[in-house]
Amino acid sequence: MSASMNPAVASPHAPLPLEVEAMVKRFGAVTAVDGISLALQGGECVGLLGPNGAGKSTLIRAIAGRVIPDAGRVSVFGAEAGSQAARAALGWVPQDLALYPRLSVKENLRSFGRYHGLNGKKLEQAVARCLAWAALEDRAGELTRNLSGGMKRRLNMAAGLIHEPRLMLLDEPTVGVDTQSRNRIFEMIEALRAQGMTIIYTTHYMEEAERLCDRIAIVDHGRIIALGTKEALVHNSFASRSQVVARLEGPEGKVAAWVAERRGKMTDSTAEFTVEHPSEIAALLEGAASSGLELVDLSLRRPNLESVFLHLTGRELRD
Amino acid sequence: MIIPIVRTALLALRRDRVSLVLSFVVPIAFFSIFAAVFGSQRDTMPKIKVIVVDQDQSRASRQLVKALQIDGSLIVSTTPAPTKNQPAPPEFTAETAEAAVKAGDVSVALIVPRGFGDHPISFGPDATGTAIELLNDASDTIAPQMVSGLLQKAAMTAMPVTMAEQGMKYSEKYLGTFTPEQRRNMNANLDQLRQIEKRQNADGGTGAAAGPGGGIIVVKTRTVVGENKNNPMLSFEAAAIGVMFLLFTASGSAGALLDEAESGALDRVLSSRVNMNGLLAGKLVFNILLAFTQLTLMFLWAWAVFKIDFFSHIPGFVVMGLSTAFAVAAFGMLLASICRTRAQLGALSTLLILVMSAIGGSMFPRFLMPEAMQKAGLWTINAWAIDGFEKVFWRDLPVTALWQQVSVLLAIGIVLFAVARRVARRWEYA
Repeated sequence: MSASMNPAVASPHAPLPLEVEAMVKRFGAVTAVDGISLALQGGECVGLLGPNGAGKSTLIRAIAGRVIPDAGRVSVFGAEAGSQAARAALGWVPQDLALYPRLSVKENLRSFGRYHGLNGKKLEQAVARCLAWAALEDRAGELTRNLSGGMKRRLNMAAGLIHEPRLMLLDEPTVGVDTQSRNRIFEMIEALRAQGMTIIYTTHYMEEAERLCDRIAIVDHGRIIALGTKEALVHNSFASRSQVVARLEGPEGKVAAWVAERRGKMTDSTAEFTVEHPSEIAALLEGAASSGLELVDLSLRRPNLESVFLHLTGRELRD
Repeated sequence: MIIPIVRTALLALRRDRVSLVLSFVVPIAFFSIFAAVFGSQRDTMPKIKVIVVDQDQSRASRQLVKALQIDGSLIVSTTPAPTKNQPAPPEFTAETAEAAVKAGDVSVALIVPRGFGDHPISFGPDATGTAIELLNDASDTIAPQMVSGLLQKAAMTAMPVTMAEQGMKYSEKYLGTFTPEQRRNMNANLDQLRQIEKRQNADGGTGAAAGPGGGIIVVKTRTVVGENKNNPMLSFEAAAIGVMFLLFTASGSAGALLDEAESGALDRVLSSRVNMNGLLAGKLVFNILLAFTQLTLMFLWAWAVFKIDFFSHIPGFVVMGLSTAFAVAAFGMLLASICRTRAQLGALSTLLILVMSAIGGSMFPRFLMPEAMQKAGLWTINAWAIDGFEKVFWRDLPVTALWQQVSVLLAIGIVLFAVARRVARRWEYA
């Protein structure tokens, strides 16, 4: 990326790239966002992690000015969300492929550039920069509808960056793409991060949040139920405890009852226990044997975001 | 296995409102329109508007005019329709009647010349009947023939005394002078006829029973509109078909809004500098240009292949083309903003456009339609656009004569676009 894509570096007195204060949004009887507050520092990448329907996209759309909150306030670099200043500062990559399928890659970028007020040499430079960023230079003349899924995703992201925004909203940018394309998208985002771009990244893939984000907000039922670095979230939920994953065989009711007795959780046929120290494993093994259960498989693992989410909500992330 | 398949198909059809509308509503709507136009209901048959100028003011001419006035097939005017708060207008003259035919207010005008009462009918090899002048518009081939026939009928039924007198005159001329007794008998019969005519006049009747025959009134037909045109239907067809397809194109093109809303591109556009006003205005301008280009191509094709006189009507074409394009573009925008999906838009636009085209004159000329349907047609874009293009290409009227059509089309466009803008608020914010 060229230096001209660098986002402005925030001074200590400059307004924050994003401030969300006690935002509420209801759709009929459904409360999609229920009092979320969030602030981003310049150059920070914050992940919104949560299952489908958690309220992530509604929050993103409110930041983009496309949803008007019923209560609370959303500001982008001090400007009210949806205002001209906020729109100019914001680059939104929607979850959908928000492109013109009958236009070529270049024509799409030009169109969105013009909508942001770019023209002439400046527009052509922006198009060239975005094509390079998305590695689509050799596909510039290709009709968008003929691109592969991964290329469309990259173009979708490039269209959000055409006007050199200072805050990027990436709403599940890797949905439906293969591993190779996903890695390419990660590289694009890491390039943005290296330039100091402030980013909000929504996903329900915890490995993406772990890899790309400085802080992670776990969103469920329209609320942020935990916010912090990955390490802080794990520590807050598990401290120094580890997880033991065991596969036990025996009468079905008996296994479940035995796991529940030891404050474990059954997921499919796997039991999960939290232990303060690995030495507690021996007691578990003994207990299983004395209860007439056969231990088929056993492993010890450090808790991750998935574990945190399960711990906080009692549900799997992809439920 | 057939029944389960039929059952599944029925369930699917029941939930596919688009197919239901296209399968059942559109055919019934069309059948009703065609039945009303070409059906056998006598009371809905169209009446012919005709202007009659009686320059003679003789007993015979007045009787003839009166007979025409009470004929159920004609709407006869002898004076222009009065304007509100204005003094009653003077009676039509030959000149104002001709102007009215040229302007398309009526298809036919009859001028009963001075001296008609002296020789009202024509008979025999050296016929001397005074000719009634029939002014017509060549685009309507039916009206002059009907009026001509009704004129003969009126003569036969409304002027029994005149007919008898003229018959005696011709009999004497061709058979020889009557004997005094014959003349006495005939005068007695004439007196009886005069008594009957007097009574009928007092009752408001038309006269004696119609006799057989026709052509006893000499009619001199003069085409005052389209006399030099090669095909009276060409300009009508170009405008009629053009406007119908313009409506289809406009609704299809405006449907891009629905595609953009579905793909999320609309959201992305509205999160840029572009707001809903700018977006809709941009779409409207594009659709106007598209419609105008389509019309231009249509008329250029008509010029190149069917020899329509295009290049001497450019100003009128541009004025009517842009007004029509504006109205149809706004119509398309409204449909697109009302509908939730492309499929809905397809069904609704097909239904509305076909009905509008049928009653608005895109499928058959409106003068063929019953009076009520002609009036209903005035609620369509088609009718006003076709009338305007006819004024330009058929009647050779100046641009200033288009004010009424242009005003209505612009008003339609403004209202439809305003409603579309209001409905489009659903896309603005959640």
